[in-house]
Amino acid sequence: MSAVATDLQHAVEDAAAYLYVWALKDIPQDLRDALAEAQKRETSTPGQRVLSTIIKNVGIADDDQNLVCQDTGIAVYTCRVGEHFPLHPARIYAALKHGTERATVEHPLRSNAVHTITRENTGPNTGYRLPIVHWEFIPDWDGLDVKCVPKGSGSENMSFLKMCVPADGVKGIKQFVLESIVGAGGKPCPPGIVGVGLGGSADYAMYLAKEAIARPVGTRNPDPVVAQLEDELYELLNETGIGPMGLGGDVTVLQCHVEHADTHMTLNPVAVNYQCWAARRASAHISADGEVEYDREA
Amino acid sequence: MSVGANSAGQTRTNGAPGTSRNADGKVTEVATHEVTFPVTDEREILKLRAGDEVTVQGHIIGIRDRTQIRIFDQGVEPPMDLRGAFLLHTAPGVRKLEDGRYEKVCIGTTTSARMVRFTEPLGAQYGVRAICGKGGFPDDAIEPMRKLGMVYFAIVGGAAALETTQIEEIEEVAWEELMPECLWKFRVKDFGPLTVGIDAHGNSLYHDVQSAAQEKLKELYARL
Repeated sequence: MSAVATDLQHAVEDAAAYLYVWALKDIPQDLRDALAEAQKRETSTPGQRVLSTIIKNVGIADDDQNLVCQDTGIAVYTCRVGEHFPLHPARIYAALKHGTERATVEHPLRSNAVHTITRENTGPNTGYRLPIVHWEFIPDWDGLDVKCVPKGSGSENMSFLKMCVPADGVKGIKQFVLESIVGAGGKPCPPGIVGVGLGGSADYAMYLAKEAIARPVGTRNPDPVVAQLEDELYELLNETGIGPMGLGGDVTVLQCHVEHADTHMTLNPVAVNYQCWAARRASAHISADGEVEYDREA
Repeated sequence: MSVGANSAGQTRTNGAPGTSRNADGKVTEVATHEVTFPVTDEREILKLRAGDEVTVQGHIIGIRDRTQIRIFDQGVEPPMDLRGAFLLHTAPGVRKLEDGRYEKVCIGTTTSARMVRFTEPLGAQYGVRAICGKGGFPDDAIEPMRKLGMVYFAIVGGAAALETTQIEEIEEVAWEELMPECLWKFRVKDFGPLTVGIDAHGNSLYHDVQSAAQEKLKELYARL
């Protein structure tokens, strides 16, 4: 590798190490606003108790420089790689992995990664095919955007896929999202962000659901048909009465985001991925010469 | 769920005399209690009603999936006394000090539902009185808790920064090889606020919320 690429790999590694810890400690402003708004709307006593405790907790994490939640999750990164960014994705992946390991050892962070059969811990939050990276390649650009989304297991365990048929239509999609979130109850730490992935294939629908939970809270899909579905699902989900931590109340979800892909004429896949109220994410924009600009809100 | 009532003998009670609900079934008023663990008097548990708010003092024991698999599936006796205990579903983030003790880094609570099958043996064989976690237990826990005089406390999942400040010290650690799913003994101060999710009288907030939501779903589906 050239000296430029080596320096760039170090820059990406430093950014990953910083982003993982930062995301765990300092939640974005849009999420803080959504939680404050939820507290205003909630009328049940246990729901109020939960939301005031959450807001108090976020303040203590700020003051004590501690993690918002102990579940450091699995590290998920989304990378937007410019066509002319001078570091190959193979090296970007290596940098993200080393950065994740460094953050885990240096902080120290709880290490959650295990072999999926033997359940033996694989070390500093990395392992075979961990961390998980979503890639997007951008033509006519020489930059790199990295977003770190530490994904906790309580919410990830509440992931659901249904291969609806075309005749189920949008009604079938709505029913499946509703039954999934009611069935999940208090387990995924509501009120959180419901990510819905529609279309594509079975695997791609779930990939899109994960993309959806990583968006800034309350953003809307650029396709107006999909944006309308986001609004409708958000309203419907908050009528279920599940409430904060499943103890009953008005606020069941902070938002519902939908991502979609075109699909086969006989397919209608619906994937649901839940993100807990501690919807942690942090981003860095890295230029071709290795300058790093950190961004909590992207 | 019935309207709750406070009994005599609680350490401290504030606010409303019992749980009440508005026309939608939402809990709007509750009693608050402070309880010190381990408890020696069953009345300390029986006075708690689903929906009530509780703050905990004394000692609590951290336990998780692998800890309970070792006790019940592998038949290994736990090296801590669990009589009257408050168990917390946790796998804490800690730092090991040079003298072998552990210092807290970030301690929070995990999803309880995975561990519901251990409820009855924890109460019947070891005398556990309270289990605390997040997200609730399914209905399988209601009858053992009623029969054995146990309660489920709901903590606010994810609120680990706050929870860490309420844990004064990690006093004991057993089964370190299961790190972080060891058996932990914590000394706590003003631990909470907790919500009684399932009481020892057969009431479960989770059951009530789920029943109401299933009814609501029928109405929502009809509107789609």
